[in-house]
Amino acid sequence: MCAPPLVQGRALTKRFGTYIAVDQIDFKVERGEAFGFLGPNGAGKTSTMRMIGCVSPVSGGELSVLGMDPALQGPAIRSRLGVVPQEDNLDTELTVWDNMAIYGRYFGLPRSVIRERAQELLDFVQLGDRRQDRVDPLSGGMKRRLTIARALVNQPELLLLDEPTTGLDPQARHLVWERLYQLKLQGVTLVLTTHYMDEAEQLCDRLVIMDRARIVAEGSPRELIQLHSTREVVELRFATAEERRDALPLLNGSGERVEMLPDRILVYTGDGDGTAELVARDGLRPASVLVRRSTLEDVFLILTGRTLED
Amino acid sequence: MTESLADLASAVPRGRILPVGPSRRRSVHVIERNALAYRRMWYVFLTGFFEPLLYLLSIGVGVGALVGRLPGPGGRLVTYEAFVAPGLLAAAAMNGSVFDTTFNFFVKYKYAGTYDAMLATPLGVGDVAHGEVGWALLRGTVYAAAFLLTMAALGLVASPWGVLAVPAAVLIGYGFAGLGLAATTWMRSFVDFDFVNLALVPLFLFSATFFPLSRYPNGVAWGVRLTPLYQGVNLERSLVLGDIRWTLLVPAVYLGALGWGGVRVASSRLARLLQP
Amino acid sequence: MAVAPPMLRVLEREAIVFRKLWRGSAFSSFVTPVMFLAAIGLGLGGLVERRTGHVAGVGYLAFVAPGLLAASAMQTAAGSSLWPVMAGTKWIRTYHAVVATPLSAADLYGGTVLWVGVRATAAASAFLAVAVLLGGVPSPWGILAVPAATLGALAFAAPLAAYAATQDTDLTFPVIMRLGIVPLFLFSGTFFPISQLPSWLRPVSVASPLWHAIELCRQATTGTPRWAAATGHTAVLIACVAAGWRWGTRTFARRLTP
Repeated sequence: MCAPPLVQGRALTKRFGTYIAVDQIDFKVERGEAFGFLGPNGAGKTSTMRMIGCVSPVSGGELSVLGMDPALQGPAIRSRLGVVPQEDNLDTELTVWDNMAIYGRYFGLPRSVIRERAQELLDFVQLGDRRQDRVDPLSGGMKRRLTIARALVNQPELLLLDEPTTGLDPQARHLVWERLYQLKLQGVTLVLTTHYMDEAEQLCDRLVIMDRARIVAEGSPRELIQLHSTREVVELRFATAEERRDALPLLNGSGERVEMLPDRILVYTGDGDGTAELVARDGLRPASVLVRRSTLEDVFLILTGRTLED
Repeated sequence: MTESLADLASAVPRGRILPVGPSRRRSVHVIERNALAYRRMWYVFLTGFFEPLLYLLSIGVGVGALVGRLPGPGGRLVTYEAFVAPGLLAAAAMNGSVFDTTFNFFVKYKYAGTYDAMLATPLGVGDVAHGEVGWALLRGTVYAAAFLLTMAALGLVASPWGVLAVPAAVLIGYGFAGLGLAATTWMRSFVDFDFVNLALVPLFLFSATFFPLSRYPNGVAWGVRLTPLYQGVNLERSLVLGDIRWTLLVPAVYLGALGWGGVRVASSRLARLLQP
Repeated sequence: MAVAPPMLRVLEREAIVFRKLWRGSAFSSFVTPVMFLAAIGLGLGGLVERRTGHVAGVGYLAFVAPGLLAASAMQTAAGSSLWPVMAGTKWIRTYHAVVATPLSAADLYGGTVLWVGVRATAAASAFLAVAVLLGGVPSPWGILAVPAATLGALAFAAPLAAYAATQDTDLTFPVIMRLGIVPLFLFSGTFFPISQLPSWLRPVSVASPLWHAIELCRQATTGTPRWAAATGHTAVLIACVAAGWRWGTRTFARRLTP
């Protein structure tokens, strides 16, 4: 690709006093793609996003956003970004419509332009009939959709989404995902952080896995799974912790790799059903056996020895 | 007033996000936001005017009947109402401005995330500080003008110089807005607002608002002279009662410097707090 | 209106919360009125005495001290029965946790109002002590001003807490303070006798519970009891408490156990 990347970090670092939140990470986001930062809480995802959003100064390394330096051209960059923060910061003193209108004014847009776009965007996030409502009584999913619509009012080239569906119920999450997918089809570049592997798999063309301030892997979801995990996984649950502990030595060699979690044992294998049969033949009596495909969660577990959720 | 920080940008050290100075055009959007929020709470806006008026009628007219005349600035005898009215104008300018830049500012800064949302747009920290101060002053101007008109209707404006009482009130508002905004950047929770009251109530009551400085022992009187509200009261009273001297520039400069310094301190602290 | 034991448990909870917030409360219900007493009673009072000598038969400080005593009890009552009730029903929703226990909504209402009474008593006692030291209380009967101010506080707390439980937002509260409480503070005979008011306004002041509370306090601190009038004032205040109480037990029940 000869066009310069939309966002590029080289040895990008963020320190708070002596604490290192982001440790020399390298990444590139190309125009038109959906790029993800996947990792558990505290991995440094939000700090990275805040640096890209030009609201947090870079402590070391280099960062360019839209070809500009955040330290020198913050307002110029921000005028072309859309930001959906982790915690909704909608203006609760204003109505749905006024939230859209004033946000457009922050970008210096003329009122006539805002009027047109606001209605369009509210319809897009299915809030067209709530324009006169106050923000407070809206459900979590509606607030999140409104925050997304608000972030689009300046027709940004790059949309930053920090944990876009954290705290939403499954139905609301799917609606948000669907809308974000539509945006991607329209050519908006998405950069998002998440600690949900299903979100990363659904939305991201390419992602980096972050752990403890560093990037530990990079690629498309499929590449990452192919490269770091096996095709299938057998999940074994046992009635008691003792049974689980006793089963572990017997399982060695039953797959390419065995991981013990606090509530189950995972056996990584190319052939799930075959491994499950093998387990039964060895005389083990697990309370439940589940054969499934590998996910990004497994990739994270294999690379770091920990799960995403804790 | 809003462009006073424009050349601060060059002094900002590396590693901080404040490279573009606050722009008047952008801070106006912060004022717009507040106007929009108050559109649905116009009655809250309206009632802000009543408090100084009620004090004028109660203490000024009611207690004034028991006090009679007393020497005003320049030593001329004036009625008690005429004495207390400019003091209340100054105190109202202080109260309104402090409320906007401490309590209201703190809610938006700490709990509502209003400024986090603003800073994701081209607005910068300097725009936020200037916009909030600008809003406090705009509101103060409306109240001051309304109160001055009421004073004129009651025959309490003795001199045509009294017209300057409105800009003087804006200057008082500016001084306290800077002070309030800067102080709020050090507040941790609502409990700390007790200190705001702890400062405001004695300023309101003891800054020669209700009785002349001559009621104090000499040493105390000098202490009172140093307070910003006394300077404001002195300025307003001299203008309204027509005692015009060059020395009135002293309170004007004092209040202006307070506002300018306060906004400067607040902007630089907010940059560190909101954009860590 | 006998105090049922459950109500005391509500009182206990409030006292525990208060231990963390006493500074702000001490400021608004004690330090502020003392400052008013010093500024208006002594500072401005000196000018009054130089000219008119006495107001209603006593020095200006002695005139204004009982006024401020009752008026600040009212302000404490208003401030601590509007927003805290909103916090309990809506913001922090602690009341919903309380009514999930054997305590009833009526207990909660009663406890809340009584707690305002306890604080008003404490603040009034402290203020009276300062007023005595400054020479603003000529009569030993002044001690009776403490229960009088407390009764006045309850006359505001009972209906205002009842009202607060009917509201979904605190939008009307500042309006009540600015257009209700502040005018009462300034025109109910606190700073000057209501005989100075224009004749059309006087009946309004007489209708306000604050005027009755101030008159009771003033008769006590100046040692000029007029028993018939005092009985009348007391009856009006008790009627306000009773009406508020009837209303409040209903609004609390409607809000918390619908």
